[in-house]
Amino acid sequence: MLHFIARRILATIPVLAIVAVLVFLLLRLTPGDPAAILAGDAASPAQIAQIRANLGLEQPIPVQFAIWLRHLAAGDLGESFYYKVQVTELIAQRLEPTLSLAALTIVFAVLVSVPLGSIAAWRFGGWFDRGLMGFSVLGFSVPVFVLAYMLIWLVSLKLGWLPVQGYQRLAGGVWPWLRHLILPSLTLSVIFIALIARVTRAAVLEALGEDYIRTARAKGLPESRVLVRHAIANAAVPIVTVIGIGIALLVGGVVVTESVYAIPGLGRLTVDAVLARDFPTIQGVILFFSLVYVGVNLLIDLSYVFLDPRIRY
Amino acid sequence: MDRESAWARVRRNWPVRIGGAVLAALALTALAAPWLGTVDPTLFDPGSRDLVPGRLGEITTLDGEIIKHTFWFGSDSFGRDIYSRVLYGARVSLAVGLLAALLALAFGIVCGLCAGYLRWLDGMVMRFMDGLMAIPAILIAIALVAMWRGSLATVVVAIAIPEIPRVTRLVRSLVLSIREEPYVEAAVALGTPTRKIMFGHILPNTVAPLVVQGTYICASAILVEAILSFLGVGLPPDIPTWGNIMAEGRPQFNLYPHNIFIPGAFLAVTVLAVNILGDGLRDTLDPKMAKRV
Repeated sequence: MLHFIARRILATIPVLAIVAVLVFLLLRLTPGDPAAILAGDAASPAQIAQIRANLGLEQPIPVQFAIWLRHLAAGDLGESFYYKVQVTELIAQRLEPTLSLAALTIVFAVLVSVPLGSIAAWRFGGWFDRGLMGFSVLGFSVPVFVLAYMLIWLVSLKLGWLPVQGYQRLAGGVWPWLRHLILPSLTLSVIFIALIARVTRAAVLEALGEDYIRTARAKGLPESRVLVRHAIANAAVPIVTVIGIGIALLVGGVVVTESVYAIPGLGRLTVDAVLARDFPTIQGVILFFSLVYVGVNLLIDLSYVFLDPRIRY
Repeated sequence: MDRESAWARVRRNWPVRIGGAVLAALALTALAAPWLGTVDPTLFDPGSRDLVPGRLGEITTLDGEIIKHTFWFGSDSFGRDIYSRVLYGARVSLAVGLLAALLALAFGIVCGLCAGYLRWLDGMVMRFMDGLMAIPAILIAIALVAMWRGSLATVVVAIAIPEIPRVTRLVRSLVLSIREEPYVEAAVALGTPTRKIMFGHILPNTVAPLVVQGTYICASAILVEAILSFLGVGLPPDIPTWGNIMAEGRPQFNLYPHNIFIPGAFLAVTVLAVNILGDGLRDTLDPKMAKRV
């Protein structure tokens, strides 16, 4: 068990190394002087020279990479030339809104989609099943921002129930915080519900065809218990896996949703950094999101042991 | 699977018919845009700003000629005709979707064939793809376009790159199973050159799943292009794309929601049509995959 965990953690090292190389190369592939790009358009020649010396830009590329990696290992992502603060600090400041939005979205999506997908599998081929599959194709096709504006138009502008945009910190009370996050997380969860419901349906459908389901029914278990205790429990592994894969989807959604709803989170930071060509921040955010993606998928891999007792490493 | 029956099954399939018909209609509309009562989509006319859909108005061309024009979809805050912009925008969306899918497939096929057939390359290629997959697709696209500045070519490349790992994985897994088939073994035994085995014997048998995968990439590429434009990091704002029209509509959304809803509806219908087409193709061409999801 410990052996497996150690091996699985070690396996993420090459992935992270390649992410680091790619993010490093991103700047080097840009036409122009990396030091000038990192310093921003308003930098003085002295500042540019300072950055050049700091990153060792006169050195060969592998040496530059080593220097960059050393900074990275020390938690130094450089300074944002737009916000004039350390990128790590900037990310820490913007973490709360994004984390709140992502957590609410996933919780809501799982609570809705797992029961829906299971019922669809249980009533395979019926109207509910067809309806859900239709909704799922629709959910994949309607762009996040179009959906966001539809909800703003209906719920905020026409009905006046919820604020149009903005964010309130959790420290200022749970209700103001939640009020501002209901629409964004609802918007973002649609594509997740589509994705998770589809996979849940397929996984539960497969489980329902197994012999132990027939046995469970034959011994007179109520249908609800057959479904929950036998079918869904055995479908847990693919469902959890798809949530992990969905994290990549979530990041894309967060960028757009935060932009539309004016939430000052990491997604909004990404767009602002790109528009300002604030490269240290762009690199930092990409590294951060990739790290989260790899970390979440690592945790999910480890969770298989608890979800499926047959898996013994 | 013999070729005739596969094609016949595809043609009989209703999702394929519906998705294909919608896309064909869209492509025709996009190509025929100049003859469908449109004006120059980049034409500014301060005199006809912020019109609601269906209003009859006038528009002054660059030559100073004043023409009567019905603003079927209204106009934006620069006085540009949304109907013309939406129709011309369809060209961009369809072109980006198609080109990005082809590009991702081409690179993915080469990488996947190499990883699957040339075993010594496998570890290296797949670790690289794992790393690329760990970076969320939209971030790669945004960062690349930001670096290169937006043009049709850079947007297509930036959208295609994050899709390559998925194609590579698919091709590799297909190759790994196909290379064990007796006909490949026979070809090896006859001394067929490796390149010929890869492209002549193995590649043709990966076509069906790749066509399906290609349509899904196309759908996601159309969405990502719209997102890039909408965020202001894609094609320059004067080029009519659905995302750009929506981006311009943002400040005045509470007064003129049609600037977002009309291109949004076109975008949603297009992506829906591509997805339905993909599902239909998957069910008819690739029954194994249909069972999996």
